[in-house]
Amino acid sequence: MKGLKLNKNVKDNLITYGIVIIAYVIMQIMINTGHISSLLQGLLVPLCVYVILAVSLNLTVGILGELSLGHAGFMCVGAFAGAFFSRYMEDVIEVSLLRFVIAIIIGAISAGIVGFLIGMPVLRLRGDYLAIVTLAFGEIIKNIINVLYVGKDSSGIHFSMKDSMSLGLTEDGDVIINGAQGITGTPKDATFTIGIVLIIITLVVVLNLIHSRDGRAIMSIRDNLIAAESIGINITKYKLMAFSISAALAGMAGVLYSHNLSSLMATPKNFGYNMSIMILVFVVLGGIGNIRGSIISAVILTLLPELLRGLSNYRMLIYSVILIVMMLFNWSPKLINLRKKYSLRRLFKKTGEVR
Amino acid sequence: MKKKVVSLLLAASLVTAMLSGCGNSGSSDAGTESAGTEEEADDAQQTQTDASNAEEGSDETPAEGSGETYKIGAIGPATGGAAVYGIAVQNGADLAIKEINEAGGINGSMIEYNFQDDECDNEKSVNAYNTLKDWGMQILVGSTTSGCSIAVSAESANDNLFQLTPSGSSVDCIKNDNVFQVCFTDPNQGVGAAQYIGSNGVAEKVAVIYDSSDVYSSGIYEKFAGEAANQPFEIVSSEAFTADNKTDFSVQLQKAKDAGAELIFLPIYYTEASLILTQANAMGYEPEFFGCDGLDGILNVENFDTALAEGVMLLTPFAADAEDEATKSFVSAYEAAYGDTPNQFAADAYDAVYIIKAAIEQSGAAPTDSASDICDKLKAAMTEISVDGLTGEAMSWEAGGAVNKAPKAMEIVDGNYSLIQ
Amino acid sequence: MSFISYLINGISLGSVYAIIALGYTMVYGIAKMLNFAHGDVIMVGGFTIFFAVSMQGLPPVAGILLAVVLCTLLGITIEYIAYRPLRQAASSLAVLITAIGVSYFLQNMALLIFGANTKAFTSVVTVPAIKLAEGQIMISGETIVTIISCIIIMIGLTLFINKTRAGQAMLAVSEDKGAAQLMGINVNGTISLTFAIGSALAAIAGMLLCSAYPSLTPYTGSMPGIKAFVAAVFGGIGSIPGALIGGIVLGIIEILGKAYISSQMADAIVFLVLIVVLLVKPTGILGKKIQEKV
Repeated sequence: MKGLKLNKNVKDNLITYGIVIIAYVIMQIMINTGHISSLLQGLLVPLCVYVILAVSLNLTVGILGELSLGHAGFMCVGAFAGAFFSRYMEDVIEVSLLRFVIAIIIGAISAGIVGFLIGMPVLRLRGDYLAIVTLAFGEIIKNIINVLYVGKDSSGIHFSMKDSMSLGLTEDGDVIINGAQGITGTPKDATFTIGIVLIIITLVVVLNLIHSRDGRAIMSIRDNLIAAESIGINITKYKLMAFSISAALAGMAGVLYSHNLSSLMATPKNFGYNMSIMILVFVVLGGIGNIRGSIISAVILTLLPELLRGLSNYRMLIYSVILIVMMLFNWSPKLINLRKKYSLRRLFKKTGEVR
Repeated sequence: MKKKVVSLLLAASLVTAMLSGCGNSGSSDAGTESAGTEEEADDAQQTQTDASNAEEGSDETPAEGSGETYKIGAIGPATGGAAVYGIAVQNGADLAIKEINEAGGINGSMIEYNFQDDECDNEKSVNAYNTLKDWGMQILVGSTTSGCSIAVSAESANDNLFQLTPSGSSVDCIKNDNVFQVCFTDPNQGVGAAQYIGSNGVAEKVAVIYDSSDVYSSGIYEKFAGEAANQPFEIVSSEAFTADNKTDFSVQLQKAKDAGAELIFLPIYYTEASLILTQANAMGYEPEFFGCDGLDGILNVENFDTALAEGVMLLTPFAADAEDEATKSFVSAYEAAYGDTPNQFAADAYDAVYIIKAAIEQSGAAPTDSASDICDKLKAAMTEISVDGLTGEAMSWEAGGAVNKAPKAMEIVDGNYSLIQ
Repeated sequence: MSFISYLINGISLGSVYAIIALGYTMVYGIAKMLNFAHGDVIMVGGFTIFFAVSMQGLPPVAGILLAVVLCTLLGITIEYIAYRPLRQAASSLAVLITAIGVSYFLQNMALLIFGANTKAFTSVVTVPAIKLAEGQIMISGETIVTIISCIIIMIGLTLFINKTRAGQAMLAVSEDKGAAQLMGINVNGTISLTFAIGSALAAIAGMLLCSAYPSLTPYTGSMPGIKAFVAAVFGGIGSIPGALIGGIVLGIIEILGKAYISSQMADAIVFLVLIVVLLVKPTGILGKKIQEKV
């Protein structure tokens, strides 16, 4: 009995991995037997993107206990870094898998570095002030990308912050990042299988971190900063560690996102604070600190607007109502009590064995 | 723990719903769409429940057209900040399809219509495209905005599905050979505007205010600035604004004023332009204003003081106040059906449907052909036809996908558009 | 000369941010929640006035009163349905998310009712503009009214909170809900009252926002809402004079940044200044220092 209890974490993690792998196998069977709609097939990679984003933000919000509203900014950095690399190297590296793997690594590292640089000054703020500063950084990143022009020609890479004419490209030049028009023609390298592999990597990183010594230190900061400091935990180091890892994972999701669409632009819709808030919604709805919950709620909330397409113009209205109702259902103390009272488990307990 | 179980149940039920959606085979409600938005919503809902008949059509191309109808899909933002454009496309195409169906369809076959919302997001646009594919779409009118059109065109090229974008104006939209445009391309507009200003000697000092976070606006600006170098006028100030910063234009206007600009070029949409006109008036600055097709619609902003727009010039293919018969009947039919004055997006979408009709008639593509066959036939036919539409006379297409038509220069006089000769 | 007119433009813009920020900071100070739907209540206020005055031909005063009443009722309803059940929830983030849900709801409701077309709002302000230096510098009537309203509201709110029983009850609730309850304060009632006042302010802000920048869409409120939230944080969130100062400072930075640095980077400049201010003074310009206890 005691052995079982010790392994509770391991068991819990295995269930999480199991869900992902089973979902993958089911989807693969459906794809191969042709029992899948184009819509669902097209949604597979975005689902992976949002799952990774939700899990990675949960590391900041749930495990580190800091509210971040700039997660989409890191995704944006990763997306543009990765897509830039792929576009630049399109003719050099012919093997798409190799190119994509390098792009992912580049995207993750650059987002991680940006996360580290941002985290250094801002992580000493607390609560809502940290939230607003991360929101501010997300918007700054988006704004900078929107005025960034990068092109290549025979003499190398050219940068400009004004417009594409001032790049001074030669005739054979190619504008890769064209300001607000973004990057077009990114090779469509993202596949569902790679997406699932990245989810697994994310889970391995996050779950192992949580259950490691470092993870416990991070959680002790969340639970009581002063107490953690007093027993000699290096607050800055652990905060930065969690924050940069979370940013790097978001960057990875960004690379996946950018290689799934042929046009990549930094709009308020996909990399603005709206997206950061949407990811936060996944995390909170799924349960703060609950990794499996994040996965499930990311999947539900990404599928929901698509499933509601039949409602035509009432779609987003109903979506918002469902969102509010789900939040109340999951979080309201009254409803939680009510649910406990009539829960299935309790009914089972009444009829049968009591553990 | 309970929470997780509940979430799981929810997830499971959603997935089942999705899967069972695929299982249903589509029964069509072709050409019987009745007017009125209420019923339309219901219709769409019904279409949706029948929608994903992808049981067998899961592979690249949707199944052979089920029955005797053409299935035309359309995509655009029906919610979110750009909703006004998407809804115009939705209604414009709807109106044209109703008219065609009432007149007996194309070669005797009815058209089925399905519009999907993309919230002006590239990813959602691809989702909308896939939804339409599941529904059995054979021809696509969309997407409404440039970014979305580019994203969708990669998918449609892969499926070899004919795509005609009413208003996606970026050159990247038509990179693939299955995509054609109804509207002008951005370079065409930017260069055209610069040449018009230059050759007619409208002004010598020009200021530009553009939206640097918008594909359409920054695209036109770039080409305009490029061409301006060859023209006898000088750009004395070019200032930007962004999607997050578009209420206050006092700085941009002040700079133009300080630089002594006689004309302000506005390659932007009319929502922001109406604010710019109001603010320029408030600060007592009265330059000439010159815009592109995005400016069309400014006179229809509800409650807008049209006196402010007096003398504004714009290069636009369509004006709701034009006097010709086709425009008049379109505008009155549109107003009767949707309670709104149509803008250029509605006209583009309306034309798009008639262009498709002309191309189908030219090529003889049958509703029973697969989407890919229809695409091949229409691609060939597009270069052969010439269509008189609301947004241009004798429109013809190159194989590349861009449209040939003459832009009309309009000036707002007494609260109406009038053609400048 | 142009510097002065930029400065005045900055103050005009800032005063609009300030009046929105007052509502934000009021609700935050008492209920300790970021009401992301505040911007959308402003939009509802704007649409109500537009509907009443421009479409039904009512006098502006009647339109404003109608908007205030409607927004107040809306605020109370939103609080009752979406926020109150979560007040005791395990995390304060839960109510933030429902606020976002409410924000989506209001936007989409307005989209369905009024359509997506831009509406031109007729200014309800009849105060004439002041012209200085032979018309080179102009202060618009809307700016004058907005600034005066801001000051009146600021003084009114401060007096209300410090001098009335209901205001004292609000202070008590913001300090410690449990203790306030034990002292016989009706916590639910007090928070409802806070939302009622906050939403009434939103209606007035809606009127002034739309008068100064006369274009109205279902999304009109969301972006100024976020900016005003930034302004409130700037000034020290929860502090009523801070909201006024934060709003005006933000407006001036935004305009000067656009004028002298880059109009493309205006947002980045504003946010960068915000970050710097918060790093130097982590609770905003007039924010209270929070003592952390073990």
